[in-house]
Amino acid sequence: MTGIGLTHYLTLAAILFTIGVFGIFLNRKNVIIILMSIELMLLAVNINLVAFSAFLGDLVGQVFALLVLTVAAGEAAIGLAILVVYFRNRGGIAVEDISQMKG
Amino acid sequence: MTLTSLAFYLFATVSVASAFMVIAARNPVYSVLFLILTFFNSAGLFVLMGAEFLALILVVVYVGAVAVLFLFVVMMLDIDFAELSEGFLQYLPVGATVGLILLLELLLVFGASSRLADADPLPRATPEGMTNAQALGQVLYTDHIYYFQAAGAILLVAMIGAIVLTLVTSNNPRRQNIAEQNARTKEDGVALVDVKPGQGL
Repeated sequence: MTGIGLTHYLTLAAILFTIGVFGIFLNRKNVIIILMSIELMLLAVNINLVAFSAFLGDLVGQVFALLVLTVAAGEAAIGLAILVVYFRNRGGIAVEDISQMKG
Repeated sequence: MTLTSLAFYLFATVSVASAFMVIAARNPVYSVLFLILTFFNSAGLFVLMGAEFLALILVVVYVGAVAVLFLFVVMMLDIDFAELSEGFLQYLPVGATVGLILLLELLLVFGASSRLADADPLPRATPEGMTNAQALGQVLYTDHIYYFQAAGAILLVAMIGAIVLTLVTSNNPRRQNIAEQNARTKEDGVALVDVKPGQGL
């Protein structure tokens, strides 16, 4: 163990991504936790992108991570807005009833 | 063990532990707070990788905007969280199986690739004599300007979408009706009432 290389970061990102997937399975009823799990997975992707950007000496990876960050912020805003509207209509956020949203 | 590897293991351990607490905490408010802790530690990792600008963006955008938005929604909605966490352990076996298989496969990919292992320590993406923000700006505003503009359009669409979804138009708006005000006469505006003493209206 001399220094911290690319593999360390990739392993950490893999663990974070797995925790995100596991969180979706574990909290199937709670939409808020599911959204947070998606944020965790996107964070793992960002760590991968930045690690490879440093590994290859290419800044494009960081540009791409910036775009992923933008999309994640938009996704969280829209998802939470849908959640608020759904709560107003139904008085709860149970995932099983969400299929009633279809037109 | 150098200071860099010490910092890496500190940030990595805390971020993995708090990421686990995000999905394991019973109270969603705790989940959001652990999410904030995860983002802070990941920002530390970004600094270690030489991406200072992205680290600051992560703190500003995620902790300052997204996590606070989550916190607002969690506190605003009156939800019975005890009912929602029912059957919490029901999906544990299948979730753990899928998660473990996924993790093992991902780690096998890294272990099998010998080309990745020789990057020790990690080089820097930023050119010499330049700050990270400077270098990133030179790439972002020249080669990738269209993607940058597209990201702005995505944010605009997200903003408009969120407003359209949550805007409540009241069905009894107390607006000023100028024509109705001008059309009032003394007859329907003033009423003379003969009040008996000591009774009131």
